[in-house]
Amino acid sequence: MMAPTEGVSVTAISRESDPPRRGFSRRSFVKIGVVTGAGLTLGVTWKVMSNPGLPSSDATLVPNAFLRIDADGTITVMVPRSEMGQGVSTALPQLVAEELDAAWGQVSFEFAPAHDAFGMMVTGGSTSVKESWLPLRQAGATARWMLREAAAQRWGIPAAEVETRDARAFAPDGASVTYADLAAEAALLDVPDEVPLKDPADFRLIGQSVPRLDVEAKSTGQAVFGIDAGPNEARIAMVARPPVFGGKVRSFRPDAALAVPGVREVVLIQSGVAVVADGYIAAKAGRDALVIEWDDGPAAGLNDAEIFAQLRDAAQNNGRTVRDEGDVETALSSSEAKVRATYQLPYLAHATMEPMNCTAWVRDGRCTVWAPTQFQNAPAILGGGARQVAAKAAGVSADNTEVHTTFLGGGFGRRAERDFVHEAAELAGLVEGPVKVIWSREDDMQHDFYRPASYHELTATLNADGSPDAWHHQMASQSILQRLAPSWVPGPAARFAGRRDPTSTEGASDQPYRSPNVQMTYAMVDLPIPVGFWRSVGHTHTGFVVESFIDELAHAAGRDPYEYRRALLSEHPRHLGVLDAVAAAAGWGSTVPDGRARGIAVVESFGSYVAEVAEVSMQSGRPRVHRVWCAIDCGVVVNPRIVRAQMESGIVFGLTAALYGEINIQAGRVVQSNFHDYPMLRMNEAPDIEVVLAPSGDAPGGVGEPGTPPIAPAVTNAIYALTGERIRTLPIVRA
Amino acid sequence: MATFSVNGEARQIDVRGDHPLLWVLRESLGLHGTKFGCGIGQCGACTVLVNGRPTRSCQLTVEAVEGAEIMTIEGLTADGLHPLQEAWIEEQVPQCGYCQSGQIMSATALILGGNVPSDSEIDAAMSGNICRCGAYSAIRRAIHRAAEIQAERTGTRSGPASEGGDR
Ligand code: FES
Ligand code: FES
Repeated sequence: MMAPTEGVSVTAISRESDPPRRGFSRRSFVKIGVVTGAGLTLGVTWKVMSNPGLPSSDATLVPNAFLRIDADGTITVMVPRSEMGQGVSTALPQLVAEELDAAWGQVSFEFAPAHDAFGMMVTGGSTSVKESWLPLRQAGATARWMLREAAAQRWGIPAAEVETRDARAFAPDGASVTYADLAAEAALLDVPDEVPLKDPADFRLIGQSVPRLDVEAKSTGQAVFGIDAGPNEARIAMVARPPVFGGKVRSFRPDAALAVPGVREVVLIQSGVAVVADGYIAAKAGRDALVIEWDDGPAAGLNDAEIFAQLRDAAQNNGRTVRDEGDVETALSSSEAKVRATYQLPYLAHATMEPMNCTAWVRDGRCTVWAPTQFQNAPAILGGGARQVAAKAAGVSADNTEVHTTFLGGGFGRRAERDFVHEAAELAGLVEGPVKVIWSREDDMQHDFYRPASYHELTATLNADGSPDAWHHQMASQSILQRLAPSWVPGPAARFAGRRDPTSTEGASDQPYRSPNVQMTYAMVDLPIPVGFWRSVGHTHTGFVVESFIDELAHAAGRDPYEYRRALLSEHPRHLGVLDAVAAAAGWGSTVPDGRARGIAVVESFGSYVAEVAEVSMQSGRPRVHRVWCAIDCGVVVNPRIVRAQMESGIVFGLTAALYGEINIQAGRVVQSNFHDYPMLRMNEAPDIEVVLAPSGDAPGGVGEPGTPPIAPAVTNAIYALTGERIRTLPIVRA
Repeated sequence: MATFSVNGEARQIDVRGDHPLLWVLRESLGLHGTKFGCGIGQCGACTVLVNGRPTRSCQLTVEAVEGAEIMTIEGLTADGLHPLQEAWIEEQVPQCGYCQSGQIMSATALILGGNVPSDSEIDAAMSGNICRCGAYSAIRRAIHRAAEIQAERTGTRSGPASEGGDR
């Protein structure tokens, strides 16, 4: 199930942009031909409407996935997205299987190899189902059409009389034949141009909690993650990286490391000094024995206090306007009664359960990579995905570079970076044989691309009815896009001339609460701390800030926080829908057990609307979150159980950050190193979570990220309701 | 030379005595189901059974397990799916899945000898296992379910698990 099939000829796909070739017309679906004897394989092309994390939304046509029906009846869907727990290796095949009228028990998947035929391959921005919704359904429908046609021809009846279900075609007289049996005949037919999709009312699989295709492997220890992948004979390497951000190796002495039994080689690479050994323990001991003189560089004196001072100064003095409605200045000066608040959020590490790792093998001008990556393939102009980055690092061509995607032991945005792939491929180019670079937990935590720290000042004035007359928000942070822009964005200068970054301000610049005078400014601050996409990106801080501040305004206006939000969201039916659904589920306004209080928050992100209520008590000065209610409107629901699981997951992730998450910088380096000082929420602290699905509309929104943003403000709003203490600096529990 | 049994098979491995069991299992024996998460006994991803007891294999030297019986996730399926694995699949517990071998191995102690664990017993036994994907409620449900499956298999009646505790 894991490894991409070598036998599939991806080059046979006709690209939409190619001139029409004989046998291939300019249509969305192309028949790849008969593989391994008798079978039908369809290549799929689809329009990538937007690329997660990328500012570009140029619609380009790229072929993107395969559907294969083998003569043994197996229906294999090539999944060109990464499975990091979010269920994509189930939900995408589910879309195909629905329109195909397949039997779920016969459906399996493979991770697609990194190849241009699949276009841009990146998993992020909660877009996998959203972007696959039409094209993968069309893939299934097209294959079904061909199978039905093949049955009709065999029986000599009109295709309209053939019915399909459970991977079988049925004739009116009751005769039936399996898809497996029809696959070879169907493969001989022309691929139709347009095939109608099912009426959603006829869905039998979409909307059902069909079993995940990955849980058995993951319950029996058989699932292959990056750390398990690649040739058995691979040597293990660990890299000593500069402890200070931006630092370099000045000189090093390998002797002591080489004297460690099992250590084979010590190699200088771009990221540091690599110790190649027979196993992890030897590599680690070898690395400990290295003598390295570092050039710490200019960041050596940097610490939190200075970072937040810079952020504050920038927010107050250097902001550029990113939203301006009405006349905030006049509105603010016309009232004495102002509500002011300052919020501060720390850097956060991703801490995926599986530490970073990557295996690479360079031989005969070819590079093979086994990587738990969220980003397999991208044009060079965008900086490249794992394939392009590995090729460059190993000094071979991208055409001679293969990337095998493994299961990911968590991603959360960390594995959209390609640093760990670059490192392994570069090293593999310098040593004999395959090599697996494994990061210790400490390496992983101290060499992450962190959720940016941010600083926010908000000021509002209220009308006589308590509604905000003016809303003024000044924010400062580092920019993720600015770091990525030079490589990801063609012509970065144009887009960033104004030093704006929608991924930093999303959720705040477009906050939905009604007010006649709204202004937001954003100051982009350059600091040497590497920053990156962290589950729900800008919403991780803007969700907290906006939902805390609106709560402050509600209390200042003497109004119920739920009713206050409702009144200001009257033009936002989907926000209202989930607010009402969560309030109903939680019984908002009813009596809460003694010593507890509730807080509420609602955030739209990645096309989905999520409202959460948290019920909190204080136990020896620490908050304890007992229960969480969550309502999500993600448009249409493909797999309810997966959506629920993603909400629970996002809530635990966000709660972990709200309670404990903080990466501190001292002397230009990260203070935290492992789970003892960067704690994770554990079973005994996990709240009971009740998820209500409140779908609307017919296009799916994301579910991987949107559960995360509302939980922090729901909890701090509850703490305020309980204690009168307003928490404006995260994390809540500070060391 | 370290000598112990793994999943019922006697093993002799030529490593230094202070080598952590985790890496012997993964690298010398190719048993990849046991995972590396932190290396300092904080996450539970490396949990295996040592003489039946859930233990962090990253914190255990091979010296310390001389002569012991080790069971890894791969060994649980010796007679088909273990009740925990069946429950894990039924409840669709795994998300990324990386922590799950460790979770299952830790949970074995909870249902040992037909025990039907309460929520607070589950909290106590499972709080050493981090799930970064936050699958905790599914894990809890699956442990309760595994106790039922075990009872069904042995033909004993299972009483409803107590929902006690301070939740
Ligand atoms: S790897 Fe052993 S407890 Fe984390
Ligand atoms: S399932 Fe991902 S860490 Fe538990």
